Amino acid sequence: MTATTMPMDTSEPTYLTQARGALSWLLTLDHKRIGIMYLVVTSASLFLGGVFALLVRTELLTPGETIMTHDTYNRMFTLHGAVMVFLFIIPAIPAAIGNFVLPLMLGVKDVAFPRLNLASFYVWVLGALVLVASMYMSAIDTGWTFYAPYSTSKAVGSATSVGTSAMGAFILGFSSIFTAINFIATINKMRPLGMSWFKMPLFLWALYATAIIQVLATPVLAITLLLLAIERAFGLGIFNPALGGDPVLFQHFFWFYSHPAVYIMILPAMGIISEVVSVFSRKHIFGYKFIALSSLAIAFLGFLVWGHHMFVSGQSPLMSIIFSALTFTVSVPSAIKVFNWLATMYKGSIWLATPMIYALAFIFLFAIGGLTGMFLGTLNVDVHLHDTYFVVAHFHYVMVGGTLMALLSGLYYWWPKFFGRMYSEAGARVGAVLVFIGFNGTFFPQFILGSRGMPRRYYAYLPQYQGLHMLSTVGAFILGIGLATAFGVLVYAAFRGRRAPANPWGANTIEWQTASPPPSYNFHDQPEAGDPYDFEGWVYDAGTDGYVKKPAVVA
Amino acid sequence: MTGAILFANPANEGTFWFPPQASTGAEAVDFAYNFIYWVSVVSFVVVVSLMCFFALRYRRRARGELPPERTASHNTVLEVGWSIPVALTGGILFYLGAVSFLDSRSPPSDAYEISVKAMKWAWSFTYPNGHTSPNLHAPSGRPVRLVMSSDDILHSLYIPAFRLKQDVVPGRYTEVWFEATEPGEYQIFCTEYCGTKHSEMLAKAVIQTPEAFTRWLDEASNILDRLPPDEAGKQIFSARGCVACHSVDGRAGVGPSLLGIFGKTQKFVDGTTTVADENYIRSSILNPASQVVEGFNPVMPSFQGSLKDKEIDAIIAYIKTLK
Repeated sequence: MTATTMPMDTSEPTYLTQARGALSWLLTLDHKRIGIMYLVVTSASLFLGGVFALLVRTELLTPGETIMTHDTYNRMFTLHGAVMVFLFIIPAIPAAIGNFVLPLMLGVKDVAFPRLNLASFYVWVLGALVLVASMYMSAIDTGWTFYAPYSTSKAVGSATSVGTSAMGAFILGFSSIFTAINFIATINKMRPLGMSWFKMPLFLWALYATAIIQVLATPVLAITLLLLAIERAFGLGIFNPALGGDPVLFQHFFWFYSHPAVYIMILPAMGIISEVVSVFSRKHIFGYKFIALSSLAIAFLGFLVWGHHMFVSGQSPLMSIIFSALTFTVSVPSAIKVFNWLATMYKGSIWLATPMIYALAFIFLFAIGGLTGMFLGTLNVDVHLHDTYFVVAHFHYVMVGGTLMALLSGLYYWWPKFFGRMYSEAGARVGAVLVFIGFNGTFFPQFILGSRGMPRRYYAYLPQYQGLHMLSTVGAFILGIGLATAFGVLVYAAFRGRRAPANPWGANTIEWQTASPPPSYNFHDQPEAGDPYDFEGWVYDAGTDGYVKKPAVVA
Repeated sequence: MTGAILFANPANEGTFWFPPQASTGAEAVDFAYNFIYWVSVVSFVVVVSLMCFFALRYRRRARGELPPERTASHNTVLEVGWSIPVALTGGILFYLGAVSFLDSRSPPSDAYEISVKAMKWAWSFTYPNGHTSPNLHAPSGRPVRLVMSSDDILHSLYIPAFRLKQDVVPGRYTEVWFEATEPGEYQIFCTEYCGTKHSEMLAKAVIQTPEAFTRWLDEASNILDRLPPDEAGKQIFSARGCVACHSVDGRAGVGPSLLGIFGKTQKFVDGTTTVADENYIRSSILNPASQVVEGFNPVMPSFQGSLKDKEIDAIIAYIKTLK
């Protein structure tokens, strides 16, 4: 007999086979199924946003008109930004992976409020439909930042208004808050015996810090969008100077949400990297407390630095100076994480499977993203670089090089748990290499473009910038092919992959103690919580190509 | 095509990363940039080399393999130790940036003042004598203060060679200053997204020696006296940015083309019509929203108070010649 903690009985129904039919999915209260549904819709959003990105990059192949007009281009980059930010990066890791993994990591049956969880999904779908449909129909071309007074002036979107699009983002915000409340309650109240705060897996710390930001910051976005709608509907002067409002006030409101939102996007990513680096080094994570507390520090400091988006906006120089100083404080907790990941690898036993390859890509690209942040935090340098391609390159290195790499790392890592199937290591590596090359090809040239003065959101550009733009466009297509390969390998694996063992990686967090895929109720018995990064209790079992609990010493 | 042609820097004068340096403030910016650049290169190389070295050196050989020895999983001295250089670097960068930023926001009291007006999608620069031009003309070797405002929405004035940028905000004045070091022509961009033709909201900074600048200003200021009205009108038409939206060759732009418009019947969005005569043109300039031509949006700003009667006369004379 193998260890009794390993329910390998294949006749037992899993959460995938427990009930069949579309309704069993659409009305499910199972956090795992809701996570998978979120995964489907956020992946679809990534695809949609990616198509817009490729259209934008294609247009930029030549200095003048390539495939579309001014106005179409302006709408395309607006759609790209809004879809990627609101529909993909913000929800992807917490709502898709987080929903699936969080209760499993706690060893419980579900989140604290399963109905709220399902509601958050439908609120999300409604918000997404309203956002995309209205942006398309009203021809919104304001950029995803919706800066006033352009967004509130009557000429925009000739027929209708940004009001409906703002309503879409407003609704999405509720979904975000629902998920966050659920995660906070679940982590606070449902941790198993033995799991004190500092015995919690770091991914949960990251989700917890993220949830706090979501609950505190999202209402400010809602307030902003509401004020925008009131201004348009009733002609009340809030942001539009023609009515007596102040456009810089809009930017303060907007970035008070949107800067913390950057940490909503990157903190869960860092959580994944902490798990993966430790498991694939088979070594206890180094500096656990520092990594955990740095998530909270980033969440807190993230609220104090919004003004660094506004150094040249017309805010007072004194404010710019204060915001610059505060901005540099964020570099400390971010650097602490990177150093601790490296220290974890030191003298480890490193397995370069696909999740780890993406984690290493994350460290490589996030290092560039973080270091180039120093250029932009430095006041006089930012004056030169603000609103140029340097900024575009910087935030893509953080958002795509960071969050998307971590998402892929996490998907490959938990895929066996999601679907009970292993992916093809060879195919996955081809995808990873293409993604890495394509990503750098797309965005590194943009640092050079920006330093040389190429402004962002430009439909036409001076001929001297063409070489680097062409390079960037070629990179974008390689990145597109790479992502298609990476997702293709995953989808194929979900249906046709080799059966996965319960614990293919030898990880010690609780989700690996149940079957892959788990049954609906997750666990037969209340699992024990130990140190999540103590790998010594697991031994490799060649028969299942997975890891099994070391038999008790008495046996 | 060789890499050199493809990726060579614009003006051929700048370095790999930068446009040329043409203002007194540019050097401090480039110094800070280069400082951060080398800090970044060194940090990046250290992090990525360690990462690659560990990944190869400690590579797992057999699936079941545990690390050969147990190493510490926590070291507070190390954590604090590696945070200190990060914090110190941050402090240095903050200081470097803030000092030069404050300089760039504090114009000397004897600066030459030029007022800047931004509108969709053109710039206009007005000199102390009241003359207005579509490009920024300024003397070298003298501090120049720009007092900026916008007629419609947010814009941003960006001169890469001066490392200078400032948003132009409707409803308030923003200011910025520079001292150009070298006579020459430098690119001006709009860097705050402003709609359809944002990427065409360009101008040049034309820097001349103080003597040449004074001569240019004198000559440019009296075109109404020097030139026949239609030629003066043509210059004003391009100088004041009309040409950004109104073509003179029949192609419809953001606004209707003015080719052959004089004497023709115009149809408006409210269904009414009128014949385009002198009064129609004058009212379209001063009160553009009152009669919006069918098929166009009411986006044109009013020139009430910013174009003198004589200038409007000249523009009308010019439009009459467009046949």
